[in-house]
Amino acid sequence: MTPRPDREPAAPVVQRIRIRYAKRGRLRFLSHRDFARALERAVRRAQIPIAYSSGFSPHPRISYVGAAPTGVASEAEYAELALQARMEPEELRTALDHVLPPGLDVIEAVEAQTASLADRIQVSHWRVELSGVEPERLRQAVDAFLAASEVPVERLTKQGRRSLDARAPVVRATVVGKSDIMSDMTGAAASDVAPSGESDTTCAILELVVRHVTPSVRPDEVLAGLRVVADLEPPVPPRVARIAQGALTEQGAIIDPLQADRDGALTGTPSA
Amino acid sequence: MSKGSIFHRLEPLLYQVQKPIQYVGGELGAVTKDWDSTTVRWCLMYPDAYEVGLPNQGIQILYEILNEQPDVLAERTYAVWPDLEALMRQHGVPQFTVDAHRPVGDFDILGVSFATEMGYTNLLTALDLAGIPLDAIERDETHPIVIAGGHAAFNPEPIADFIDAAVLGDGEEAVLEITDIVREWKAEGRPGGREELLLRLARTEAIYVPRFYRVDYLPDGRIQRVVPTRPDVPFRVHKRTTMDLDSWPYPKKPLVPLAETVHERYAVEIFRGCTRGCRFCQAGMITRPVRERSITTIGEMVDNGLRESGFSEVGLLSLSSADHSEIADICSGLADRYDGENVSLSLPSTRVDAFNVTLAEELSRNGRRSGLTFAPEGGSERIRRVINKMVTEEDLIRTVVTAYTRGWRQVKLYFMCGLPTETDEDVVQIARLAHEVIKAGRAATGSKDIRCTVSIGGFVPKPHTPFQWAAQTDPQTIDRRLKLLKQAINADRSLGRAIGFRYHDGEPSLIEGLLSRGDRRVGRVIRRVWAEGGRFDGWSEHFSFQRWVDACEAELTPLGVSLEWYTMRERDQHEVLPWDHLDSGLDREWLWEDWQNALAEVEQDDCRWTPCFDCGVCPSMGTEIQVGPTGAKLLPLISVRSGA
Repeated sequence: MTPRPDREPAAPVVQRIRIRYAKRGRLRFLSHRDFARALERAVRRAQIPIAYSSGFSPHPRISYVGAAPTGVASEAEYAELALQARMEPEELRTALDHVLPPGLDVIEAVEAQTASLADRIQVSHWRVELSGVEPERLRQAVDAFLAASEVPVERLTKQGRRSLDARAPVVRATVVGKSDIMSDMTGAAASDVAPSGESDTTCAILELVVRHVTPSVRPDEVLAGLRVVADLEPPVPPRVARIAQGALTEQGAIIDPLQADRDGALTGTPSA
Repeated sequence: MSKGSIFHRLEPLLYQVQKPIQYVGGELGAVTKDWDSTTVRWCLMYPDAYEVGLPNQGIQILYEILNEQPDVLAERTYAVWPDLEALMRQHGVPQFTVDAHRPVGDFDILGVSFATEMGYTNLLTALDLAGIPLDAIERDETHPIVIAGGHAAFNPEPIADFIDAAVLGDGEEAVLEITDIVREWKAEGRPGGREELLLRLARTEAIYVPRFYRVDYLPDGRIQRVVPTRPDVPFRVHKRTTMDLDSWPYPKKPLVPLAETVHERYAVEIFRGCTRGCRFCQAGMITRPVRERSITTIGEMVDNGLRESGFSEVGLLSLSSADHSEIADICSGLADRYDGENVSLSLPSTRVDAFNVTLAEELSRNGRRSGLTFAPEGGSERIRRVINKMVTEEDLIRTVVTAYTRGWRQVKLYFMCGLPTETDEDVVQIARLAHEVIKAGRAATGSKDIRCTVSIGGFVPKPHTPFQWAAQTDPQTIDRRLKLLKQAINADRSLGRAIGFRYHDGEPSLIEGLLSRGDRRVGRVIRRVWAEGGRFDGWSEHFSFQRWVDACEAELTPLGVSLEWYTMRERDQHEVLPWDHLDSGLDREWLWEDWQNALAEVEQDDCRWTPCFDCGVCPSMGTEIQVGPTGAKLLPLISVRSGA
């Protein structure tokens, strides 16, 4: 059999750019696979000099860090793009943002100056909007949840039902008023986390900071925990948004995971 | 969110369904317009799931053409899966468009494209969810005009009760004419109401309005005649043909979905129509004559389509793509152009011909190598003469061996079972052919590492083909022949191991046969099946043969006809067929002659290369074959594309 001609080796990677992007509005229903496809196409439309893997079925070299679940909006998703020709990060950000559909927005791009981005992402800040739930009722449920040493909940996985502790990874859980949210959020982000219905609708908002653990505990598991400890059953599906991700300081603040790359860029550390 | 959006009511439901992204729209290329600043509003529907419907070329083309008109708005809707349907009913959420989430019932026109008859029950779901009465005659001026198009519209009789009108043939110009008629009628203050509008459509002689035709039956159940009920509508309704495809280079702004769909590629139709004359092929018969798009336009469309979409795959579509007069230059030109750019090019629908392997090789020169499929359609030389698929066994073996020697390890061979005059022997011959292919492949490559997959589809006789008079084979016979074939393939274990075997059982084909050649009485069956839960009949996991059989029993027996009567009965020359008043351009006498030639195993040439054989289409439709060569070449693009 005639062997297939050898392919030329893939062009080498000369630069890595890390981006923070948001998933907003209707596009909260995008799954991670859907997003990856949309980003790959946007990269082609924007003519970004992306590097490809070698082999007979070359793929663009884009890596993702833990994506928000389908149905959850996010202000803080991260990905890294490997390029075969250098590009100004801001130029890449504008070019990509321009060709992505409304609701997918590239907020920031920085050149990678450091090792693994994933190492600097340890917690997520989630905002959960519970329509039809009285804030006081939520407060009681959250108090009971936090007072428990362990809150076992069940999750349906491909392997069947498994039990996990929803309590341990929760660093912080607070109930806030609607007006507090409106004042500290702007633009599209506010519409994702603010109640969509009439202003007199009862609505409680839960702010969560949860450690990334395996198996993962996300707002769904915490809400299941509130059901377990306090019979809290929201009448309509809650709307969830990820507000931030990063490392946790001892004071409980979340450190922007791109900060180190930004600092590196300022001090002029050569790229890897 | 614009006026009329129901998204806030839909959103809470989306957390509870599978793949919610398919319902939110927001695709690249999608258009949302202000409702109040447009005068004619179309809702276009593909009556299947979003993942199948979104890539549909017909809908994308019409969507773009309509939205280019400043005062016209076009949005899209698809069939919702049963999980969302149940929630929509529970919460009173109507059928909606994915573009601006407007209720489908608010539009002027609902245009539904039927590529297959198996979408009929999904039409009823959409009408019902939209609050549109299922019976067209019960609709009033507040309801959209429901218009069917697509290949199945060449016999819309089974859905005649549910649609207001049907358009036969190419839609590009038809949608604009319909728009003009609706616009004028609305501007005049809707004189005469819905009836008057339908009458104006019917008077064009190119739009079929079933309510203006009466069907009389003979005592034995056959049709006596189909006659207009008014003097001012035509006796026959004619199909439309769009000539000069270069003037209609759509889609220009392809829809790029966020959800995963069945085809993730930029597709360009390189020609429309086919004159090969395969007797089973409805598409080849009803889309005549052949109209090629020029190599230059194809090159421009591919370049633009890739830039607009970001797709990494291009499909060169037609009914027999290698027949384009400049296909070699198109393939090598595109391969040169996208050298090193990770763009893969594919050429579906190829004929059994070594030339095709060369083309496929050219297209995969620098990208992914796509699979090769050849369609001899029939297992024996005899049956291939009956169906007019002029492929010899030598052709097939030479072609497949060429593919193996050029590095393909696997080819797919497509056949049909249940063809007119077919015997067990014709089907068993498929096994011998597959064995010969493997033997020759092993001899030529010296390797045992080659395979072929034999894929079998059930034959369904279709309207406007020479087989429209034929009896459909019963599912038991099909299933028995497939079992024989499987045994024959595995009779030689060494060869059988290298042959994959895929088939569908015969039952869905029988229902497709009922819906293809049915008349208005079949509408009752569709309605009953739907009422009893029938949905997504094109999906084996949703299709229930028993439900259709029971509905036929209940609805047809009192009328003295049956499922078997519609499907397994051979018609005689003078029987009035339900679609005889719908003119596809094909001369009925010629079709009958071709049917007799089929029975006599006489072949018919392709009129592209031989003199006209009077099928009747060109003179009756005022059309002509449009083929190259133009002599033009694809020039390299001056490109600033990624630094590869």
